[in-house]
Amino acid sequence: MSGTRAVDARWVRPLVTPEGVELSLVLADGGQRVAAFLLDVVFIVLALLALLVVVGVSAIGLREGDTALVIGTAGFFLVRNGYFAAFELTPRGATPGKRLLGLRVAARDGGRLTGDAILARNLVREVELFLPLTILAVQNTNAGAVLVVLGLGWTGILLLFPLFNRDRLRVGDLLAGTWVVQVPRPRLLADLVAAPVLQAGGALAFTAVQLRAYGIKELHVLEDVLRAGNVGTMAVVADRIRAKIGWVRGAESNGDFLGAYYAGLRGELERGLLFGRRRLDKFDA
Amino acid sequence: MSGDLRSTRFRRERERDWLRLEDVLGRLERGSLKTLTDAELLALPGLYRAALSSLSVARATSLDHGLVEYLEALSTRAYFLVYGTRTGLGQRIGRFFAQDWPAAAQALWRETAVSWAVAIMGAVLAAWLVTSDPDWYYVFVPEGLADGRTPSAATEYLRRGLYDQGSLGSYGTLSAMLMTHNAQIAILAFALGFAFCVPTAVLMAYNGATLGAFVALYASRGLGWEVGAWLAVHGATELTAVVLAGAAGLRIGTAVALPGRLTRMASAARAGRQAATLVAGCAVMLGVAGVLEGLVRQVVVDPWQRALIGVVTLLFWVGYLYGRRREAAP
Repeated sequence: MSGTRAVDARWVRPLVTPEGVELSLVLADGGQRVAAFLLDVVFIVLALLALLVVVGVSAIGLREGDTALVIGTAGFFLVRNGYFAAFELTPRGATPGKRLLGLRVAARDGGRLTGDAILARNLVREVELFLPLTILAVQNTNAGAVLVVLGLGWTGILLLFPLFNRDRLRVGDLLAGTWVVQVPRPRLLADLVAAPVLQAGGALAFTAVQLRAYGIKELHVLEDVLRAGNVGTMAVVADRIRAKIGWVRGAESNGDFLGAYYAGLRGELERGLLFGRRRLDKFDA
Repeated sequence: MSGDLRSTRFRRERERDWLRLEDVLGRLERGSLKTLTDAELLALPGLYRAALSSLSVARATSLDHGLVEYLEALSTRAYFLVYGTRTGLGQRIGRFFAQDWPAAAQALWRETAVSWAVAIMGAVLAAWLVTSDPDWYYVFVPEGLADGRTPSAATEYLRRGLYDQGSLGSYGTLSAMLMTHNAQIAILAFALGFAFCVPTAVLMAYNGATLGAFVALYASRGLGWEVGAWLAVHGATELTAVVLAGAAGLRIGTAVALPGRLTRMASAARAGRQAATLVAGCAVMLGVAGVLEGLVRQVVVDPWQRALIGVVTLLFWVGYLYGRRREAAP
């Protein structure tokens, strides 16, 4: 069930905190980046439309077309250049789009995310995105096909840039020393050993030999099976284990059996940890 | 229960603190700082370290994978808040004006000098070419910008352009448009720098050339002093800003091309952050220039007064950006 376990090791980056504990950061993948960006574009367009309405209404109300135009021009500039930076400067380090997708901007060296880094990564957006868009916009005024092709090529290179480097950096990230990472949402799952699952099967007792049939890898698979709670899978797994450890099935249900065996196996393996033995899997002697 | 596993007891004893940390984090991230008591804020670092130590213990002694993952996610989230910036946007903006911007300008003095040199070279070259053959004017000054002010225009028309006062209402619009247009150019000069300085240098030279050609045209009609004063009102601010933006672009270009002892990536990142600060400052300067150009220049028509405004603004920027200041706290 826990989706984070399937993460490709290529996208995991270690982060050692000043306290000396290693945490692992997972880089945001391309789909998430694109989705976050598109969401932000939608928000920007909505903000600009709102601005337009306000300016339009005030222009009619005040009969002051010029004032409204000033506010409109300055507002447009601020929204276009300030939206990303302003949101990323907050403690959350993310625009609304990134926030919705569980992403944030972080400094590559693991240090504090500084204001100048955020400015840098967002000013470069100008050449990555707006410059080619502007070039495309003026093509009607016959700026020449060559220019349009160059503009498209330029955008293509810069847009695809994140796909061609290890850390999925935009050019802006490169110049700012930042990257975009996933911020996992912590969810405290029930402790399977303390859960009621176990109570019913508590009477089942396993011998030391039976508890030595598996290692940590199998224990984690069993944990996943129990947390998923799929009846069919549980039946298959329970039969496998019974056959392996030579257990004669009595009146207990599959769930009770697995819960009890999980508790027993975990207890046995954790006892091993205390003595410095980490039995990785069932082949580990 | 005496039959509990150690890891289960371990979890039961500390669970409460983890959930408390999660709650404080959630509220901090939502930005509802006001719902947090002082005690909770003070407890945050302690709770964070407790979670980290729990994580270390859990990794060593617990085989509950769900728990280890939870603690890792919780610690990561807390890490970003504890060691991240907790200063608000307002404080950051204040610090920018007080320290960061002048510091960046001073750090990039070499690039600024080169940027000026390139722009001036462009201006002189263009002025010389236009003086020798007026047709060069059309090469350097785009049609849209020239707005009829070309070598074929009558001197009287050119003079009128310098002193024309439109209706006062349109000045604001003009200011806003000039400001956003110029700021966009400054950002471009910065952002293009990473292509080994070349586009930035070209942009600087071209910008200088436009100016040089323009001045040369007026000078050829005996309007040199007046056009100089006309330009000085906003030009002292605008030209400085554009040149500084060019310097920022050059900084990035050189950092990428000649990283020195750093890796190319680290060098680019360091230069990028410094240069970005300077460019943000340039955008502010261009805002000021837009107001001077769109509003002040229309109201002040006397060439002497115009020149005075130009000199005063130039002195102000030099003093602000390069004046000595007390050692700032890091």
